[in-house]
Amino acid sequence: MLLFTCPNCGPRDETEFHYGGQAHVPYPENPADLSDVEWSRYLFYRENPKGVFAERWVHSTGCRQWFNMLRDTVSYDVHAVYPMGAPQPATATTQQKGA
Amino acid sequence: MSADLLPEHPDFLWRNPDPKSSYDAVIVGGGGHGLATAYYLAKNHGMTNIAILEKGWLAGGNMARNTTIIRSNYLWDESAAMYEQALKLWEILPEELEYDFLFSQRGVMNLAHTLGDVRESIRRVGANKLNGVDAEWLDPQQVKELCPILNTSDNIRYPVMGATYQPRAGIAKHDHVAWAFARKCDELGVDIIQNCEVTGFLKDGNRVTGVQTTRGTIHTGKVGLAAAGHSSVLAELAGFKLPIQSHPLQALVSELHEPVHPTVVMSNHVHVYVSQAHKGELVMGAGIDSYNGYGQRGSFHVIEEQMAAAVELFPIFARAHVLRTWGGIVDTTLDASPIVGLTPVENMYVNCGWGTGGFKGTPAAGLTFAHTIATGAPHRLNEPFSLDRFETGALIDEHGAAAVAH
Repeated sequence: MLLFTCPNCGPRDETEFHYGGQAHVPYPENPADLSDVEWSRYLFYRENPKGVFAERWVHSTGCRQWFNMLRDTVSYDVHAVYPMGAPQPATATTQQKGA
Repeated sequence: MSADLLPEHPDFLWRNPDPKSSYDAVIVGGGGHGLATAYYLAKNHGMTNIAILEKGWLAGGNMARNTTIIRSNYLWDESAAMYEQALKLWEILPEELEYDFLFSQRGVMNLAHTLGDVRESIRRVGANKLNGVDAEWLDPQQVKELCPILNTSDNIRYPVMGATYQPRAGIAKHDHVAWAFARKCDELGVDIIQNCEVTGFLKDGNRVTGVQTTRGTIHTGKVGLAAAGHSSVLAELAGFKLPIQSHPLQALVSELHEPVHPTVVMSNHVHVYVSQAHKGELVMGAGIDSYNGYGQRGSFHVIEEQMAAAVELFPIFARAHVLRTWGGIVDTTLDASPIVGLTPVENMYVNCGWGTGGFKGTPAAGLTFAHTIATGAPHRLNEPFSLDRFETGALIDEHGAAAVAH
């Protein structure tokens, strides 16, 4: 069981949260203008790094708010928690591993 | 006891050669799929100057971590063709590889717990029969007759409303499957190179010409990637992307018991699948952990939930003990179907995305991937499983359609 710190509610068990996959994937500005290849990249392709990953979580059984997290996909250590809409914080590891 | 009283070490099943400076083809990944691919490359296509590169030890990834279930009762035509080809190969491989890897066709039951499950299951039985896959629908009484230890009463949260049954399905001893393929590959001249991690690729323009490894540079005409959970990492090194997400998938075994469980039972709805290994352990698996992970371990609540489901379905398991739990890294796609085919890099081919069900597909993955590597074009069976289906929209949506326990 992982322990996550919700920005609103503090440390809570992983089972209170739901996963939302990669963070910072904006909806395309003009979807109708995309080629099939570009559209497939938006729909089906996400980063899958071995190392630090910027991802979204929602505190489903608490405040029900979404937030972003930098988590290492090997050690499962959480490096940062930050609000939706905020840019991804730079850490030494993200620069090295290019998350 | 003195050391000189010990018996001689048995014969090794394969050599452990140093890598040569070049090969006609290199397979990255020494798991079941990599081994089967090398075997069919040598046997069907006469390519024997090839190597399998494994970063750890042979078959130590998902091949050592799966729950060994083999079945072909998938809904869609493309998947049924692929997995049924695999099952037909499983039926002849013990003789062909001259190795009894304990393939036991004890049947697989996929339980239905809701009206939606019942409708989907009966539809799937019909689709399977049209595709030449053995399948039948069992009512709760027939389920009870086939597997008496299953609780088919209505005193549980999700009572068993019936099941699909594939009699030809079953289990096999996963390690022995790997060793059987490895011995034959070795006999055919394939170099199996362990502790050899790929760290980069050599390219001439967009054409791959070699691999850089922790044991030196190896030149090669063709590269086949068969690295399951690490496929995205290799693709990144090669300069392209895959629509893959790597997740932990956990399983567990109990201590040894007398034979009590005659078949394999899978429940998509309450998320557990159970069989009893030849030695006597109860082998169980569940759904994947929700988050991306390369750690070969998952969270305990997933184990807890699968145990709760198992005990509700099989009350006699309540006093069994967990002997050990473990995790593997599964490579999932959004349509829950594999990717076997060409890549954006010339002469580089990929076999990945088998997700939670790669073990059963091992022989067909090997057969079709070897064909793809040898001829430079997909086999008719893996043509629908190409990477470009995510662009054309011709997805093979087995999510929830094929009794896949996600």
